[in-house]
Amino acid sequence: MLTTLLLRVSPRRAGAVVERNVLVHRRGWVVLASGFFEPLLYLLSLGIGLGALVGRVPFAGGTVAYPVFLAPAMLAVQAMNAALTETTFNVFGKLKYMRLYDAVLATPVTPLELALGEIGWCLARSGLYSGVFLGLMALLGLTPSGWAILAWPAAILIGFAFAALGMALTTFLRSWQDFDYVMIIMMVMFMFAGTFTPLDAYPAWARPLVELTPLYHGVAITRGLSLGRLDLAMLGHAGYLVGCCVVGLWVAARRLGRLLQP
Amino acid sequence: MTTAIVAPGRGALHVFAYHLIGYRRTWWGTAFSSFLLPLIYLAGIGLGVGGYVDRGHHLGVDYLSFLAPGVLAATGLSIAIDESMYRVYSQFAWDRTYEGMLNTPLRIVDIVLGQLAFVVFRALVAVTVFLLVMTAFGTVHSGWAVGVLPTAMLLALACAAPTFAFTATQHTDSSFAVLTRFVVIPVQLFSGVFFPVAQLPAGVRILAWLSPLWHGVEVCRSLTLGTARPWPVLGHLGYLAVWSAVGLVLAHRAFRRRLVV
Repeated sequence: MLTTLLLRVSPRRAGAVVERNVLVHRRGWVVLASGFFEPLLYLLSLGIGLGALVGRVPFAGGTVAYPVFLAPAMLAVQAMNAALTETTFNVFGKLKYMRLYDAVLATPVTPLELALGEIGWCLARSGLYSGVFLGLMALLGLTPSGWAILAWPAAILIGFAFAALGMALTTFLRSWQDFDYVMIIMMVMFMFAGTFTPLDAYPAWARPLVELTPLYHGVAITRGLSLGRLDLAMLGHAGYLVGCCVVGLWVAARRLGRLLQP
Repeated sequence: MTTAIVAPGRGALHVFAYHLIGYRRTWWGTAFSSFLLPLIYLAGIGLGVGGYVDRGHHLGVDYLSFLAPGVLAATGLSIAIDESMYRVYSQFAWDRTYEGMLNTPLRIVDIVLGQLAFVVFRALVAVTVFLLVMTAFGTVHSGWAVGVLPTAMLLALACAAPTFAFTATQHTDSSFAVLTRFVVIPVQLFSGVFFPVAQLPAGVRILAWLSPLWHGVEVCRSLTLGTARPWPVLGHLGYLAVWSAVGLVLAHRAFRRRLVV
Protein backbone atom coordinates (compact mmCIF):
# COMPACT_ATOMS: atom_id res chain seq x y z
CA MET A 1 0.00 0.00 0.00
CA LEU A 2 2.87 2.34 0.83
CA THR A 3 4.51 1.43 -2.49
CA THR A 4 1.47 2.44 -4.50
CA LEU A 5 1.34 5.67 -2.54
CA LEU A 6 5.04 6.25 -3.09
CA LEU A 7 4.64 5.80 -6.86
CA ARG A 8 2.25 8.70 -6.93
CA VAL A 9 4.63 11.02 -5.08
CA SER A 10 5.80 13.97 -7.14
CA PRO A 11 9.36 14.97 -6.26
CA ARG A 12 8.54 18.50 -7.38
CA ARG A 13 5.69 18.87 -4.89
CA ALA A 14 7.67 17.32 -2.02
CA GLY A 15 10.54 19.58 -3.09
CA ALA A 16 8.32 22.62 -2.70
CA VAL A 17 7.91 21.77 0.99
CA VAL A 18 11.69 21.59 1.35
CA GLU A 19 12.06 24.88 -0.49
CA ARG A 20 9.69 26.59 1.90
CA ASN A 21 11.79 25.47 4.88
CA VAL A 22 14.99 26.67 3.24
CA LEU A 23 13.42 30.08 2.68
CA VAL A 24 12.21 30.32 6.28
CA HIS A 25 15.57 29.38 7.73
CA ARG A 26 17.62 31.81 5.70
CA ARG A 27 17.43 34.21 8.62
CA GLY A 28 17.55 31.74 11.49
CA TRP A 29 20.99 30.36 10.81
CA VAL A 30 22.31 30.92 14.36
CA VAL A 31 19.62 28.65 15.76
CA LEU A 32 20.35 26.18 12.96
CA ALA A 33 24.05 26.18 13.74
CA SER A 34 23.46 25.84 17.44
CA GLY A 35 21.91 22.40 16.93
CA PHE A 36 25.28 21.27 15.73
CA PHE A 37 27.30 22.21 18.78
CA GLU A 38 25.56 20.27 21.49
CA PRO A 39 26.92 16.79 20.70
CA LEU A 40 30.31 18.31 19.95
CA LEU A 41 30.40 19.83 23.43
CA TYR A 42 29.40 16.49 24.95
CA LEU A 43 32.19 14.84 22.99
CA LEU A 44 34.75 17.37 24.21
CA SER A 45 33.55 17.34 27.81
CA LEU A 46 32.62 13.73 28.46
CA GLY A 47 34.77 12.11 25.79
CA ILE A 48 37.98 13.95 26.35
CA GLY A 49 37.62 15.45 29.86
CA LEU A 50 35.93 12.53 31.55
CA GLY A 51 37.63 10.15 29.11
CA ALA A 52 40.98 10.86 30.76
CA LEU A 53 39.55 9.34 33.96
CA VAL A 54 37.80 6.49 32.17
CA GLY A 55 40.79 5.25 30.21
CA ARG A 56 39.98 2.41 27.83
CA VAL A 57 36.70 0.58 27.51
CA PRO A 58 36.11 -2.93 26.16
CA PHE A 59 34.91 -3.17 22.57
CA ALA A 60 34.63 -6.17 20.24
CA GLY A 61 37.06 -8.35 22.17
CA GLY A 62 39.69 -5.61 22.62
CA THR A 63 39.71 -2.18 24.21
CA VAL A 64 39.50 1.34 22.78
CA ALA A 65 40.25 4.78 24.18
CA TYR A 66 37.08 6.37 25.55
CA PRO A 67 36.91 9.39 23.19
CA VAL A 68 37.23 7.05 20.19
CA PHE A 69 34.44 4.95 21.66
CA LEU A 70 32.17 7.91 22.38
CA ALA A 71 32.63 9.96 19.22
CA PRO A 72 30.66 7.76 16.78
CA ALA A 73 27.87 7.54 19.35
CA MET A 74 27.67 11.33 19.49
CA LEU A 75 27.47 11.33 15.69
CA ALA A 76 24.42 9.07 15.91
CA VAL A 77 22.95 11.16 18.74
CA GLN A 78 23.34 14.27 16.67
CA ALA A 79 21.45 12.67 13.79
CA MET A 80 18.70 11.67 16.22
CA ASN A 81 18.47 15.08 17.89
CA ALA A 82 18.38 17.01 14.64
CA ALA A 83 15.71 14.73 13.20
CA LEU A 84 13.54 14.60 16.30
CA THR A 85 13.60 18.30 17.14
CA GLU A 86 12.73 19.20 13.56
CA THR A 87 9.93 16.67 13.13
CA THR A 88 8.39 17.00 16.60
CA PHE A 89 8.68 20.60 17.86
CA ASN A 90 8.72 22.35 14.50
CA VAL A 91 6.19 20.12 12.80
CA PHE A 92 3.83 20.32 15.76
CA GLY A 93 3.96 24.10 15.67
CA LYS A 94 3.18 24.12 11.97
CA LEU A 95 0.46 21.51 12.33
CA LYS A 96 -1.40 22.89 15.32
CA TYR A 97 -0.62 26.55 15.71
CA MET A 98 0.55 27.99 12.43
CA ARG A 99 -2.02 25.88 10.54
CA LEU A 100 0.59 25.75 7.85
CA TYR A 101 -0.32 22.27 6.68
CA ASP A 102 -3.95 23.17 6.12
CA ALA A 103 -2.64 25.71 3.67
CA VAL A 104 -0.16 23.26 2.13
CA LEU A 105 -2.84 20.62 1.59
CA ALA A 106 -5.05 23.16 -0.10
CA THR A 107 -2.47 22.98 -2.91
CA PRO A 108 -1.89 19.81 -4.97
CA VAL A 109 0.57 18.51 -2.30
CA THR A 110 -0.59 15.22 -0.74
CA PRO A 111 -0.04 14.22 2.92
CA LEU A 112 2.68 11.74 1.97
CA GLU A 113 4.46 14.37 -0.12
CA LEU A 114 4.20 16.74 2.80
CA ALA A 115 5.70 14.15 5.15
CA LEU A 116 8.45 13.33 2.65
CA GLY A 117 9.16 17.01 2.10
CA GLU A 118 9.50 17.72 5.80
CA ILE A 119 11.71 14.66 6.22
CA GLY A 120 13.77 15.65 3.19
CA TRP A 121 14.46 19.08 4.69
CA CYS A 122 15.28 17.45 7.97
CA LEU A 123 17.76 15.11 6.28
CA ALA A 124 19.43 17.96 4.43
CA ARG A 125 19.92 19.67 7.75
CA SER A 126 21.09 16.67 9.72
CA GLY A 127 23.22 15.47 6.79
CA LEU A 128 25.04 18.77 6.89
CA TYR A 129 25.57 18.52 10.65
CA SER A 130 26.83 14.96 10.57
CA GLY A 131 29.15 15.63 7.64
CA VAL A 132 30.84 18.46 9.52
CA PHE A 133 30.85 16.45 12.75
CA LEU A 134 32.51 13.49 11.07
CA GLY A 135 35.11 15.81 9.61
CA LEU A 136 35.86 17.17 13.08
CA MET A 137 36.11 13.64 14.46
CA ALA A 138 38.70 12.85 11.79
CA LEU A 139 40.62 16.05 12.60
CA LEU A 140 40.68 15.15 16.29
CA GLY A 141 42.04 11.71 15.40
CA LEU A 142 38.92 9.90 16.60
CA THR A 143 38.31 7.85 13.46
CA PRO A 144 40.83 4.99 13.45
CA SER A 145 39.40 3.32 10.33
CA GLY A 146 38.92 4.47 6.74
CA TRP A 147 35.46 2.87 6.84
CA ALA A 148 34.49 5.87 8.97
CA ILE A 149 33.56 7.72 5.78
CA LEU A 150 30.56 5.40 5.52
CA ALA A 151 29.39 6.64 8.90
CA TRP A 152 28.08 9.68 7.04
CA PRO A 153 25.45 7.83 4.99
CA ALA A 154 24.79 5.77 8.13
CA ALA A 155 24.08 8.98 10.06
CA ILE A 156 21.71 10.07 7.30
CA LEU A 157 19.88 6.74 7.58
CA ILE A 158 19.62 7.27 11.35
CA GLY A 159 18.27 10.75 10.66
CA PHE A 160 15.69 9.34 8.23
CA ALA A 161 14.53 6.72 10.72
CA PHE A 162 14.10 9.25 13.52
CA ALA A 163 12.53 11.84 11.24
CA ALA A 164 9.92 9.33 10.10
CA LEU A 165 9.26 8.11 13.65
CA GLY A 166 9.17 11.70 14.89
CA MET A 167 6.60 12.72 12.27
CA ALA A 168 4.45 9.75 13.20
CA LEU A 169 4.76 10.53 16.92
CA THR A 170 3.90 14.20 16.41
CA THR A 171 0.52 13.33 14.93
CA PHE A 172 -0.39 11.79 18.29
CA LEU A 173 0.69 14.73 20.45
CA ARG A 174 -2.06 16.89 21.91
CA SER A 175 -0.33 19.90 23.45
CA TRP A 176 3.05 21.35 24.29
CA GLN A 177 2.85 19.55 27.64
CA ASP A 178 3.19 16.26 25.78
CA PHE A 179 6.63 17.35 24.68
CA ASP A 180 7.87 16.45 28.12
CA TYR A 181 7.40 12.85 27.02
CA VAL A 182 9.31 13.49 23.82
CA MET A 183 12.14 14.98 25.88
CA ILE A 184 12.12 11.99 28.22
CA ILE A 185 12.30 9.56 25.31
CA MET A 186 15.18 11.49 23.76
CA MET A 187 17.06 11.85 27.02
CA VAL A 188 16.66 8.23 28.05
CA MET A 189 17.86 7.04 24.65
CA PHE A 190 20.74 9.51 24.73
CA MET A 191 21.90 8.16 28.08
CA PHE A 192 21.08 4.48 27.89
CA ALA A 193 21.26 3.29 24.28
CA GLY A 194 24.83 2.04 24.52
CA THR A 195 26.06 5.55 23.83
CA PHE A 196 28.19 6.15 26.90
CA THR A 197 28.99 2.56 27.84
CA PRO A 198 29.25 -0.78 26.04
CA LEU A 199 26.09 -2.88 26.18
CA ASP A 200 27.79 -5.35 28.56
CA ALA A 201 27.94 -2.69 31.25
CA TYR A 202 24.15 -2.83 31.63
CA PRO A 203 22.44 -5.37 33.88
CA ALA A 204 21.19 -8.41 31.97
CA TRP A 205 17.51 -7.45 32.31
CA ALA A 206 18.09 -4.04 30.73
CA ARG A 207 19.92 -5.24 27.64
CA PRO A 208 16.86 -6.36 25.62
CA LEU A 209 15.24 -2.97 26.37
CA VAL A 210 18.33 -1.19 25.10
CA GLU A 211 18.30 -3.33 21.96
CA LEU A 212 14.75 -2.21 21.24
CA THR A 213 15.72 1.45 20.83
CA PRO A 214 16.50 2.68 17.32
CA LEU A 215 19.39 4.73 18.67
CA TYR A 216 21.14 1.58 19.88
CA HIS A 217 21.14 0.19 16.34
CA GLY A 218 22.30 3.52 14.96
CA VAL A 219 25.20 3.69 17.41
CA ALA A 220 26.16 0.09 16.63
CA ILE A 221 26.51 0.99 12.95
CA THR A 222 28.39 4.27 13.32
CA ARG A 223 30.70 2.78 15.95
CA GLY A 224 31.41 -0.34 13.91
CA LEU A 225 32.26 1.77 10.86
CA SER A 226 34.28 4.36 12.69
CA LEU A 227 36.37 1.70 14.45
CA GLY A 228 36.55 -0.50 11.35
CA ARG A 229 34.87 -3.47 13.01
CA LEU A 230 32.47 -4.65 10.35
CA ASP A 231 30.30 -7.70 10.81
CA LEU A 232 27.07 -9.12 9.48
CA ALA A 233 25.10 -7.94 12.51
CA MET A 234 25.43 -4.44 11.07
CA LEU A 235 23.10 -5.43 8.26
CA GLY A 236 20.56 -6.38 10.91
CA HIS A 237 21.00 -2.98 12.59
CA ALA A 238 20.55 -1.22 9.25
CA GLY A 239 17.48 -3.36 8.53
CA TYR A 240 15.97 -2.29 11.84
CA LEU A 241 16.46 1.37 10.94
CA VAL A 242 14.97 0.88 7.46
CA GLY A 243 11.99 -0.75 9.17
CA CYS A 244 11.64 2.36 11.35
CA CYS A 245 11.65 4.55 8.22
CA VAL A 246 8.90 2.53 6.57
CA VAL A 247 6.67 2.24 9.62
CA GLY A 248 7.18 5.88 10.56
CA LEU A 249 6.41 7.15 7.07
CA TRP A 250 3.35 4.99 6.70
CA VAL A 251 1.87 6.03 10.05
CA ALA A 252 2.76 9.69 9.50
CA ALA A 253 1.21 9.89 6.04
CA ARG A 254 -1.97 8.11 7.17
CA ARG A 255 -2.43 10.17 10.30
CA LEU A 256 -1.61 13.47 8.64
CA GLY A 257 -4.17 12.68 5.95
CA ARG A 258 -6.75 11.88 8.57
CA LEU A 259 -6.00 14.92 10.74
CA LEU A 260 -5.97 17.39 7.91
CA GLN A 261 -8.40 16.01 5.35
CA PRO A 262 -11.41 14.86 7.33
CA MET B 1 2.39 58.37 45.91
CA THR B 2 0.73 55.13 46.86
CA THR B 3 3.95 53.25 46.31
CA ALA B 4 5.58 55.05 49.19
CA ILE B 5 2.96 53.75 51.60
CA VAL B 6 3.69 50.10 50.89
CA ALA B 7 6.09 48.72 53.46
CA PRO B 8 9.28 47.48 51.83
CA GLY B 9 9.15 43.75 51.17
CA ARG B 10 5.39 43.35 51.36
CA GLY B 11 4.96 43.91 47.64
CA ALA B 12 7.61 41.36 46.78
CA LEU B 13 5.84 38.88 49.01
CA HIS B 14 2.63 39.37 47.06
CA VAL B 15 4.44 38.80 43.77
CA PHE B 16 6.04 35.66 45.21
CA ALA B 17 2.60 34.44 46.26
CA TYR B 18 1.26 35.17 42.78
CA HIS B 19 3.87 32.90 41.18
CA LEU B 20 3.39 30.21 43.81
CA ILE B 21 -0.33 30.07 43.13
CA GLY B 22 0.33 29.69 39.42
CA TYR B 23 2.84 26.95 40.16
CA ARG B 24 0.22 24.97 42.05
CA ARG B 25 -1.37 24.26 38.68
CA THR B 26 1.73 23.69 36.62
CA TRP B 27 4.22 21.97 38.92
CA TRP B 28 3.66 18.58 37.32
CA GLY B 29 4.96 19.92 34.02
CA THR B 30 8.25 20.83 35.69
CA ALA B 31 8.70 17.42 37.28
CA PHE B 32 10.71 16.17 34.33
CA SER B 33 13.32 18.92 34.25
CA SER B 34 13.57 19.26 38.02
CA PHE B 35 13.51 15.68 39.20
CA LEU B 36 13.74 13.14 36.43
CA LEU B 37 16.47 14.71 34.32
CA PRO B 38 19.07 14.90 37.11
CA LEU B 39 18.28 11.32 38.04
CA ILE B 40 18.82 10.20 34.46
CA TYR B 41 22.22 11.91 34.49
CA LEU B 42 23.10 10.33 37.79
CA ALA B 43 22.17 6.85 36.62
CA GLY B 44 23.50 7.15 33.05
CA ILE B 45 26.86 8.74 33.71
CA GLY B 46 27.36 8.01 37.41
CA LEU B 47 26.53 4.34 37.38
CA GLY B 48 27.32 3.56 33.74
CA VAL B 49 30.53 5.41 33.06
CA GLY B 50 31.41 5.54 36.76
CA GLY B 51 32.19 1.84 36.76
CA TYR B 52 35.10 2.49 34.42
CA VAL B 53 36.28 5.58 36.28
CA ASP B 54 36.39 3.71 39.58
CA ARG B 55 38.86 1.15 38.19
CA GLY B 56 41.48 3.88 37.98
CA HIS B 57 40.94 5.40 41.48
CA HIS B 58 41.92 8.81 40.15
CA LEU B 59 39.50 10.78 42.27
CA GLY B 60 40.07 9.38 45.74
CA VAL B 61 36.32 8.89 46.04
CA ASP B 62 33.85 6.77 44.11
CA TYR B 63 32.68 8.49 40.94
CA LEU B 64 29.00 8.57 41.89
CA SER B 65 29.83 10.49 45.08
CA PHE B 66 31.95 12.86 43.01
CA LEU B 67 29.29 13.40 40.34
CA ALA B 68 26.13 13.69 42.44
CA PRO B 69 26.84 17.05 44.16
CA GLY B 70 27.96 18.42 40.81
CA VAL B 71 24.67 17.41 39.15
CA LEU B 72 22.84 18.89 42.12
CA ALA B 73 24.46 22.27 41.59
CA ALA B 74 23.92 22.03 37.83
CA THR B 75 20.23 21.39 38.48
CA GLY B 76 20.05 24.56 40.54
CA LEU B 77 21.60 26.50 37.67
CA SER B 78 19.42 25.04 34.94
CA ILE B 79 16.19 25.67 36.85
CA ALA B 80 17.29 29.22 37.58
CA ILE B 81 17.99 29.95 33.93
CA ASP B 82 14.94 28.11 32.54
CA GLU B 83 12.67 30.07 34.86
CA SER B 84 14.31 33.34 33.86
CA MET B 85 13.86 33.06 30.11
CA TYR B 86 10.45 32.26 28.63
CA ARG B 87 8.50 32.79 31.83
CA VAL B 88 9.88 36.28 32.28
CA TYR B 89 9.72 37.05 28.58
CA SER B 90 6.10 36.02 28.29
CA GLN B 91 5.15 38.43 31.04
CA PHE B 92 6.71 41.28 29.12
CA ALA B 93 5.64 40.35 25.65
CA TRP B 94 2.73 37.93 25.60
CA ASP B 95 0.70 38.02 28.81
CA ARG B 96 1.77 41.53 29.86
CA THR B 97 1.47 40.54 33.50
CA TYR B 98 4.05 43.08 34.55
CA GLU B 99 2.04 45.94 33.14
CA GLY B 100 -0.92 44.69 35.13
CA MET B 101 1.18 44.50 38.27
CA LEU B 102 2.43 48.04 37.80
CA ASN B 103 -1.16 49.26 37.80
CA THR B 104 -1.36 48.10 41.42
CA PRO B 105 0.75 49.51 44.25
CA LEU B 106 3.57 47.13 43.28
CA ARG B 107 6.91 48.64 42.37
CA ILE B 108 9.49 47.37 39.87
CA VAL B 109 11.67 46.18 42.73
CA ASP B 110 8.77 44.11 44.11
CA ILE B 111 8.18 42.48 40.75
CA VAL B 112 11.85 41.58 40.35
CA LEU B 113 12.45 40.42 43.92
CA GLY B 114 9.16 38.53 44.19
CA GLN B 115 9.76 36.57 41.03
CA LEU B 116 13.40 35.91 41.89
CA ALA B 117 12.24 34.55 45.22
CA PHE B 118 9.98 32.18 43.33
CA VAL B 119 12.87 31.01 41.13
CA VAL B 120 15.01 30.40 44.20
CA PHE B 121 12.12 28.51 45.78
CA ARG B 122 11.82 26.26 42.73
CA ALA B 123 15.53 25.50 42.86
CA LEU B 124 15.25 24.75 46.57
CA VAL B 125 12.45 22.23 46.06
CA ALA B 126 14.32 20.40 43.29
CA VAL B 127 17.59 20.37 45.20
CA THR B 128 15.92 19.09 48.37
CA VAL B 129 14.43 16.15 46.48
CA PHE B 130 17.79 15.55 44.85
CA LEU B 131 19.58 15.55 48.19
CA LEU B 132 17.18 12.88 49.46
CA VAL B 133 17.88 10.78 46.37
CA MET B 134 21.62 11.27 46.90
CA THR B 135 21.23 10.04 50.45
CA ALA B 136 19.41 6.96 49.18
CA PHE B 137 22.25 6.31 46.74
CA GLY B 138 24.71 6.48 49.64
CA THR B 139 26.58 9.47 48.20
CA VAL B 140 26.20 11.79 51.19
CA HIS B 141 29.23 11.43 53.44
CA SER B 142 28.76 14.25 55.92
CA GLY B 143 26.11 16.03 57.96
CA TRP B 144 27.34 19.29 56.43
CA ALA B 145 25.48 18.17 53.31
CA VAL B 146 22.40 20.15 54.40
CA GLY B 147 24.51 23.19 53.55
CA VAL B 148 23.98 22.43 49.86
CA LEU B 149 20.42 23.75 50.18
CA PRO B 150 21.31 27.39 50.93
CA THR B 151 24.29 27.10 48.56
CA ALA B 152 22.04 26.02 45.69
CA MET B 153 19.66 28.86 46.52
CA LEU B 154 22.48 31.38 46.31
CA LEU B 155 23.71 29.79 43.08
CA ALA B 156 20.21 29.99 41.64
CA LEU B 157 19.98 33.66 42.53
CA ALA B 158 23.43 34.34 41.08
CA CYS B 159 22.34 32.79 37.77
CA ALA B 160 18.73 34.00 37.67
CA ALA B 161 19.29 37.69 38.41
CA PRO B 162 21.58 38.41 35.42
CA THR B 163 19.35 36.26 33.20
CA PHE B 164 16.37 38.39 34.25
CA ALA B 165 18.33 41.42 33.09
CA PHE B 166 19.15 39.74 29.78
CA THR B 167 15.57 38.64 29.16
CA ALA B 168 14.23 42.12 29.87
CA THR B 169 16.30 43.47 26.99
CA GLN B 170 15.05 40.93 24.42
CA HIS B 171 12.39 41.67 21.84
CA THR B 172 12.10 38.22 20.27
CA ASP B 173 12.28 34.82 21.95
CA SER B 174 14.79 33.29 19.54
CA SER B 175 17.82 34.31 21.57
CA PHE B 176 16.85 31.92 24.38
CA ALA B 177 17.65 28.82 22.34
CA VAL B 178 21.02 30.37 21.58
CA LEU B 179 21.60 31.23 25.25
CA THR B 180 20.77 27.65 26.23
CA ARG B 181 23.03 26.05 23.68
CA PHE B 182 25.99 28.41 23.67
CA VAL B 183 26.08 29.40 27.32
CA VAL B 184 24.11 27.07 29.59
CA ILE B 185 25.16 23.73 28.11
CA PRO B 186 28.87 24.59 27.80
CA VAL B 187 28.86 25.95 31.35
CA GLN B 188 27.28 22.73 32.62
CA LEU B 189 29.74 20.55 30.72
CA PHE B 190 32.94 22.37 31.65
CA SER B 191 32.41 23.54 35.24
CA GLY B 192 33.72 20.53 37.07
CA VAL B 193 30.40 18.70 37.24
CA PHE B 194 31.58 15.61 35.38
CA PHE B 195 35.33 15.78 35.93
CA PRO B 196 37.72 18.04 37.88
CA VAL B 197 38.49 21.28 36.01
CA ALA B 198 42.17 20.44 36.47
CA GLN B 199 41.68 18.16 33.42
CA LEU B 200 40.92 21.15 31.24
CA PRO B 201 43.54 23.02 29.21
CA ALA B 202 44.76 26.11 31.08
CA GLY B 203 42.86 28.63 28.92
CA VAL B 204 39.55 26.88 29.33
CA ARG B 205 40.15 26.43 33.05
CA ILE B 206 40.04 30.20 33.52
CA LEU B 207 36.59 30.25 31.90
CA ALA B 208 35.49 27.53 34.29
CA TRP B 209 36.70 29.61 37.25
CA LEU B 210 34.64 32.54 36.02
CA SER B 211 31.44 30.52 35.81
CA PRO B 212 29.28 30.70 38.93
CA LEU B 213 28.49 27.02 38.52
CA TRP B 214 32.07 25.95 39.23
CA HIS B 215 31.98 27.80 42.55
CA GLY B 216 28.63 26.24 43.39
CA VAL B 217 29.88 22.78 42.48
CA GLU B 218 33.01 23.15 44.60
CA VAL B 219 31.03 24.16 47.67
CA CYS B 220 28.36 21.48 47.24
CA ARG B 221 30.96 18.77 46.66
CA SER B 222 33.04 19.69 49.68
CA LEU B 223 29.88 19.73 51.81
CA THR B 224 28.55 16.31 50.79
CA LEU B 225 31.99 14.71 50.91
CA GLY B 226 32.72 16.33 54.27
CA THR B 227 35.91 18.02 53.08
CA ALA B 228 34.69 21.62 53.42
CA ARG B 229 37.09 24.18 54.89
CA PRO B 230 36.02 27.72 55.74
CA TRP B 231 38.37 29.64 53.47
CA PRO B 232 37.64 28.30 50.00
CA VAL B 233 33.96 27.88 50.82
CA LEU B 234 33.54 31.49 51.94
CA GLY B 235 35.47 32.66 48.89
CA HIS B 236 33.17 30.72 46.56
CA LEU B 237 30.05 31.95 48.32
CA GLY B 238 31.35 35.51 48.20
CA TYR B 239 31.85 35.20 44.45
CA LEU B 240 28.26 33.99 44.05
CA ALA B 241 27.05 36.86 46.24
CA VAL B 242 28.78 39.34 43.95
CA TRP B 243 27.06 37.80 40.91
CA SER B 244 23.73 38.01 42.72
CA ALA B 245 24.19 41.64 43.74
CA VAL B 246 25.35 42.82 40.33
CA GLY B 247 22.61 40.75 38.69
CA LEU B 248 19.96 42.32 40.91
CA VAL B 249 21.06 45.84 40.05
CA LEU B 250 21.14 45.01 36.33
CA ALA B 251 17.78 43.25 36.44
CA HIS B 252 16.14 46.14 38.25
CA ARG B 253 17.54 48.61 35.76
CA ALA B 254 16.54 46.52 32.74
CA PHE B 255 13.00 46.02 34.07
CA ARG B 256 12.63 49.74 34.73
CA ARG B 257 13.83 50.57 31.27
CA ARG B 258 11.43 48.14 29.65
CA LEU B 259 8.37 48.91 31.74
CA VAL B 260 8.59 52.55 32.73
CA VAL B 261 10.78 54.61 30.45
